[in-house]
Amino acid sequence: MATVTVKKRRGLSLSRREAMWAYVLISPWIIGFIVFTAGPMIASAYFSLTEYDVINPPRFVGLGNWVYMFTQDPLFWHSLKVTLTYAIAAIPLGLVLGLALALLLNAKVPGLTIWRTLFYMPSVVSGVAVSVLWSYIFNPRFGIVNWILSWFNIKGPGWLGSVDWALPALIIMSLWGVGGGMIIYLAGLQSIPTTLYEAATIDGANRWQQFLRITLPLITPVILYNLITGIIGTFQYFVQAYIMTDGGPANATLVYNLYLYRNTFRWGRLGFGSAMAWFLMFVVLAMTLLVFRSSAAWVYYEGELRKE
Amino acid sequence: MTTLATTFKGVRFQRILGKVVALLLLTGGAIVVLIPLVWMLSTSLKSTSTSTEFPPRWIPMDAKKVEIDGRDRFIYSIPVDGETRELALLQKRGPIGVFVNPDNLDERYEVEVQSGERIYTINFHWENYPEAMTTVPFSKYVGNSLIYVGVTTLGTVLSATVVAYGFARFRAKGLGVLFLLLLSTIMLPPQVTLIPQFVLFSKLGWYDTLLPLLVPSFFANAWNVFLLRQYFMTVPLELDDAARIDGCGPLGILWYVILPQSLPAMATVAIFHSLWAWNDFYYPLIYLQSKEKYTVSLGLQQFNSIYSRNLPGLMAASTVALMPSVIIFFLAQRLFIQGVVISGIKG
Repeated sequence: MATVTVKKRRGLSLSRREAMWAYVLISPWIIGFIVFTAGPMIASAYFSLTEYDVINPPRFVGLGNWVYMFTQDPLFWHSLKVTLTYAIAAIPLGLVLGLALALLLNAKVPGLTIWRTLFYMPSVVSGVAVSVLWSYIFNPRFGIVNWILSWFNIKGPGWLGSVDWALPALIIMSLWGVGGGMIIYLAGLQSIPTTLYEAATIDGANRWQQFLRITLPLITPVILYNLITGIIGTFQYFVQAYIMTDGGPANATLVYNLYLYRNTFRWGRLGFGSAMAWFLMFVVLAMTLLVFRSSAAWVYYEGELRKE
Repeated sequence: MTTLATTFKGVRFQRILGKVVALLLLTGGAIVVLIPLVWMLSTSLKSTSTSTEFPPRWIPMDAKKVEIDGRDRFIYSIPVDGETRELALLQKRGPIGVFVNPDNLDERYEVEVQSGERIYTINFHWENYPEAMTTVPFSKYVGNSLIYVGVTTLGTVLSATVVAYGFARFRAKGLGVLFLLLLSTIMLPPQVTLIPQFVLFSKLGWYDTLLPLLVPSFFANAWNVFLLRQYFMTVPLELDDAARIDGCGPLGILWYVILPQSLPAMATVAIFHSLWAWNDFYYPLIYLQSKEKYTVSLGLQQFNSIYSRNLPGLMAASTVALMPSVIIFFLAQRLFIQGVVISGIKG
């Protein structure tokens, strides 16, 4: 009897001790979550119902910011449209180009590591320097883009100074960073068992058929991953627009995040900025959920076949 | 037999052709990737006047000049009497130029300017670099950036390791739910928490200090916790048991068992974070106001908006801002690719 109770007590104290250790160890995250995530989320939801400029206390205005945002603000819908336009062009282009590069690298070309490193580099060295650099690459007078176009007797547009071409310029620039997606595709491609291709070859399938029936279905999970990170990333787009065009000309590149920044930190409209931030979260959430929902129809997961 | 051999040959030919096409396309892609960087380097070594020439020159060159009568005259290579001479252009009269032999000023020719061309000589303007570095207090910015990178990398790795260890190796009520909560914050757009964080730091009097950039890194970033936890889980539990028998407590196990096994994963987190912090623009832009507190990215933006007419200097500053990332990337590219692959496939 005595030994049993001792064992029990020791067991209990052990698991309690384990739990205590667990909570001590994860406490930095718990504190951070409360102070830097959960608390601020509640606060920003509240701010979105107020007029607030940091100096004076928040003044409750109900849904005022939201109503103004949806019905009256001159640039809110425009900035959302700019971001969505950017997303609709840059994300699919990036997905296709990244996959194409990965397929090329997967064709057993010599020097795989060198190519992979080279193509991946631009997505690592991002930031202000790259934006400054590209703003001169697109210079209509002496930039290299128009120089290359001039070889084909094309007179290049004004790019960043042109209402029609500024956003396309940013989209083209984004393709410089497709190496980030490429790396992930490549890992996916390399994990496809070669036996599948061997079997298909014996069955007489040509390269194109193999791509459509084996490669593409098996990397749909990777496409899904790149698509979702692409959506999230697009709504964070800021530095390039801030440095290269500052939203111009005539607000042609005023992306959502830049407009949010202006309202909040340039004009001190923290309440309105909070409403924009929350709306941004709803949009990203809705798009992500939509993609996830649709993924049942086009993403192939191994083991799924057996269920049907 | 023959038919089999020819088809075999055909297949081999196709395979080689495919590889050649792939290599050609890859080379094209590599050129596209590298051209902007080469242009940046080349422009950073040019003189201001040649930096905006069209078409651009890849190798920095200056027009050859000579001083005659107190003014700089361009040297042309001009065909005169059947031989090509190097002559200085004194003045232009419509299409006709008055040229002179720089070594013998009495030797003059009147020739159509179009018939010759300016002589360029290679000239690397290395002085652009020290000039750019002193036009704005760049060394100060580099120092601030190094503080930002150093402190937050330490905080990020330290806190993510401890938290990931807690999630990977311990059982407790509610831990599963908390982990899901942690994962869900990965998807959270930072804007939703940004404004109240700004208010909080302002009320603490931290505006225009580095503190809002440094302090949050000590509270474990969800993505890094996830990555490290996945890695820690692959360390066999038997090693923990062995260490426990040897008298190790939970921290001992972390130090002697988990960490030595997980150095590549931790290095990956450290390197990704340090590059992120070096490149970060958004948070310094929001929190830093006085120039002596600027980071490199803010300083470069300031340089860009003030000295845009000094293109070589701007490109020199950009090169300096970019080089650390490029060098670190090439030195540690294996870690990068490994990190992306771990997080990408499991995520």
